[in-house]
Amino acid sequence: MRYLPLTPQDRADMLGVIGAESIDDLFVDVPAVARRTGVVDLPLHAGELEVEREMLALSRRNRSASEGPFFVGAGAYRHHVPASVDHIIQRSEFLTSYTPYQPEIAQGTLQVLFEFQTQVAALTGMEVANASLYDGSTATAEAVMMATRVTRRSKAVLSGGVHPHYVGTVETLAHAAGVATDRLAPAIDAEDAVIAAIDADTACVVVQTPNVFGTATDVTRIAAAAQAAGALLIVVTTEAVSYGLLKSPGEMGADIVVAEGQSIGNGLNFGGPYVGLFACKEKYVRQAPGRLCGETVDADGRRGFVLTLSTREQHIRRDKATSNICTNSGLCALAFSIHMSLLGEKGLRRLALVNHQKAVKLRDALAAVPGVEVLTPRFFNEFAIKVPANAAELVETLAANGVIAGVPFSRLDPTAGLDDVLLVAATETTPDSDIAFFAKALTKVLDQ
Amino acid sequence: MSMNTVGRPTRPEAPQGADVNDYVHPTLTGARGLLQDEALIFELNAWDKTGVDLPDAPAADDLGDLVRKAPIGLPGLSEPEAVRHYVRLSQKNHAIDLALYPLGSCTMKHNPRLNEKMARLPGFSDIHPLQPQSTVQGAIELMDRLAHWLKTLTGMPAVALSPKAGAHGELCGLLAIRAAHEANGQGHRKTVLAPTSAHGTNPATAAFCGYTVVEIAQTDDGRVDLADLEAKLGDHVAAIMVTNPNTCGLFERDVVEIARLTHAAGAYFYCDGANFNAIVGRVRPGDLGVDAMHINLHKTFSTPHGGGGPGAGPVVLSAALAPFAPTPWVVSREFGFKLVEEAEGPAAQAFGRMSAFHGQMGMFVRAYAYMLSHGADGLRQVAEDAVLNANYIKARLGDLMSPAFPNGPCMHEALFDDAWLEGTGVTTLDFAKAMIDEGFHPMTMYFPLVVHGAMLIEPTETESKQELDRFVTALRALAGAVAKIKNGGGDVDRFKGAPYHAPLKRLDETQAARKPRLRWKPVAAAPLAAE
Repeated sequence: MRYLPLTPQDRADMLGVIGAESIDDLFVDVPAVARRTGVVDLPLHAGELEVEREMLALSRRNRSASEGPFFVGAGAYRHHVPASVDHIIQRSEFLTSYTPYQPEIAQGTLQVLFEFQTQVAALTGMEVANASLYDGSTATAEAVMMATRVTRRSKAVLSGGVHPHYVGTVETLAHAAGVATDRLAPAIDAEDAVIAAIDADTACVVVQTPNVFGTATDVTRIAAAAQAAGALLIVVTTEAVSYGLLKSPGEMGADIVVAEGQSIGNGLNFGGPYVGLFACKEKYVRQAPGRLCGETVDADGRRGFVLTLSTREQHIRRDKATSNICTNSGLCALAFSIHMSLLGEKGLRRLALVNHQKAVKLRDALAAVPGVEVLTPRFFNEFAIKVPANAAELVETLAANGVIAGVPFSRLDPTAGLDDVLLVAATETTPDSDIAFFAKALTKVLDQ
Repeated sequence: MSMNTVGRPTRPEAPQGADVNDYVHPTLTGARGLLQDEALIFELNAWDKTGVDLPDAPAADDLGDLVRKAPIGLPGLSEPEAVRHYVRLSQKNHAIDLALYPLGSCTMKHNPRLNEKMARLPGFSDIHPLQPQSTVQGAIELMDRLAHWLKTLTGMPAVALSPKAGAHGELCGLLAIRAAHEANGQGHRKTVLAPTSAHGTNPATAAFCGYTVVEIAQTDDGRVDLADLEAKLGDHVAAIMVTNPNTCGLFERDVVEIARLTHAAGAYFYCDGANFNAIVGRVRPGDLGVDAMHINLHKTFSTPHGGGGPGAGPVVLSAALAPFAPTPWVVSREFGFKLVEEAEGPAAQAFGRMSAFHGQMGMFVRAYAYMLSHGADGLRQVAEDAVLNANYIKARLGDLMSPAFPNGPCMHEALFDDAWLEGTGVTTLDFAKAMIDEGFHPMTMYFPLVVHGAMLIEPTETESKQELDRFVTALRALAGAVAKIKNGGGDVDRFKGAPYHAPLKRLDETQAARKPRLRWKPVAAAPLAAE
């Protein structure tokens, strides 16, 4: 067994040092009824070649995004990641290190987290950010819980523009914690309905921009309405590249910003691991969930970094902690930070513009398809279209024709009655020829 | 020049009476030999650079006043600068690829690179969670196979794959328990019992689910006090949360009885599976009466910890809890596999959704490759070697340091208290920092809380006897230095000021908490990148 270094002789010698006759002597505390003598009913160990062969066979039964025209978004986006990002995150000292509990020998990880926090705070236009959460959806649920602690109120208003899976994640936790949720009906432009739903019990208002239909919104008016009622505004973003082009949530008055950071530095990975961005106003930081890295000095006065404000966390406050989480998405945050460092402000702005340009081209091409109506008025790199068909069936037909066309809204929310709505996205990875191919295939399929 | 046991020279010893600080002279630049003093990216004056070549694009269409006008404040680095920055930083980290990483309860074992290679196959890494299921049958089948392995190894009928970390798995397990009670008209049960030695996440998770946490006492031999458990059970109790093997590194001998008492009181048994690596292939939690248990794939099945994440925390569930598993789940159909994203089926009473998509697929691939590599036989050997290595550490250090529970074997981790440091002025923290100077990452300190000055050492099964001996030699040398202090001689500064040889000396954590500086701030506003 190539991963296990002990030889039979080592094992015998070690048992001798311990003073045990056999390995079974070390398992004496296991009740006899639960001791298993043989091996379980699973295949026996396999060599590297065999494992590779089996995994490769499984992977080949998936169509990867780069194999052809691909327009899927709705919370996860295909972007080009520079080769050096994956190279650096595979360095042993980053890949195989643990939570930086011993700061003297974890400055690499800690400085990266400090730089990451600064980058996220700048992008979102907020004062502080944490060192990442699991993903955008769980970060949203944590933000709602945090708002109930800050305001001591227990109702969350969830805009109809929020990704239904994010709403589901929030509802799960809110139900358990006794927090009421007011989930508004899905809407391409949800602004007025959100403002109307705010009342004196509202702890927070959760809005998404660009929202799940792609609509880019100025949330300034919602921020003012929420804050006037004593509630916090939580702004969600699922496409972090949009920060390069659009006004930041901080500029529009957000109290807490949460986002999915997958778009920068991280692959699609069939849904995970991703990286949750979390930023807020400084006055709320002691109520924030998750890990924080702070600057300090060592015994010689040299600058260094440590995990800090851990008095909020589960290992000290236990049942009074701000959240139960004890890990972050360290490696994904590292990938985010490296990619962000490579882009810089100049690169990010260009990347965002190219994304928008591709989506505009896609809109123009699809709008010209007979029977198709573009629903989203202002968007970044994703928008909704109405098709004269069942969108889910259409997507299957188009897949058979070589186009991975997008996400039928009914897959996100089957109860919404929006069976003819399709969400489509384009990024810098979308060639113009794929856009033309998509429009042609759609025309053909709808014509049949 | 002193020599260590394998004959390599170690650092020169300071002359008698010299201040330990004299060992290292500050350099003019702050660098130490090849170890560079690396600035923050914000201090590299790279506000107008980018390391990515992108075409110019026309101005935004139809976005009007939504377009960002103010500067963001993000520096950019050319590719060589970026590579160098991060490689220099990486050199300031300890990692499992460098040496033993004996953090108890964290399970730092070898990370096979085959798993990394497999996770990067485009068929796994470049597929979207929402593309048509007909185009990702291999990925869904992998989830199904992983589920089969987890169910078989634990002897449990169901598994929820979507939790994203161990603590997220705890949340999933408790939410299933809560949903089951609500469905059975037992929604009034609002208490969760947990031993005093529990992981901090256990009470935090229970509180997050709206439960009140009541502690169960511990016996002198480090196990759950059955009498106290019995006294605290009742029809107000929703669940107990017990880690097994527990955080003292011991198997809960009475676990079957704990499960029986819990079930008799109408409560469910949540097992914290953080330490499953100690028993995998030898004990099935289902045989012990467990109702729900999370499995840290990154620990037991080795996916890299990456500086603190990502992890993955699938939860196995008993028949009683299976109907309440969260969406999504995988079903096998006549013509392939289906990922069920909305609750369906006659028995389904899903409590909801844990996160946006299907869980940590990248971790599933790594864990499954690890399982295939070990097989049923290798996984059993994993548990045996992990336990053997820990008992070897305990045996070889037991005469100098004080084992917290000297009688009987430990499981995969050896727990010491600080009784042996008494009267020396050296604390557990000081001793841990001195280990850094000797080239080792410290063990878990001050946890579990039930043992004074706890030192929890988990070597794992991927350490050779030679590496364990190297570690033992270093610790015995340090323990010898402690003994000298006890006898009136010795150098307490070796411990009090340690580490001296790390990239940085001891860091001021109090200042960091008192005056939090959580981001870099420009002295003047950052200039806007020129377009």
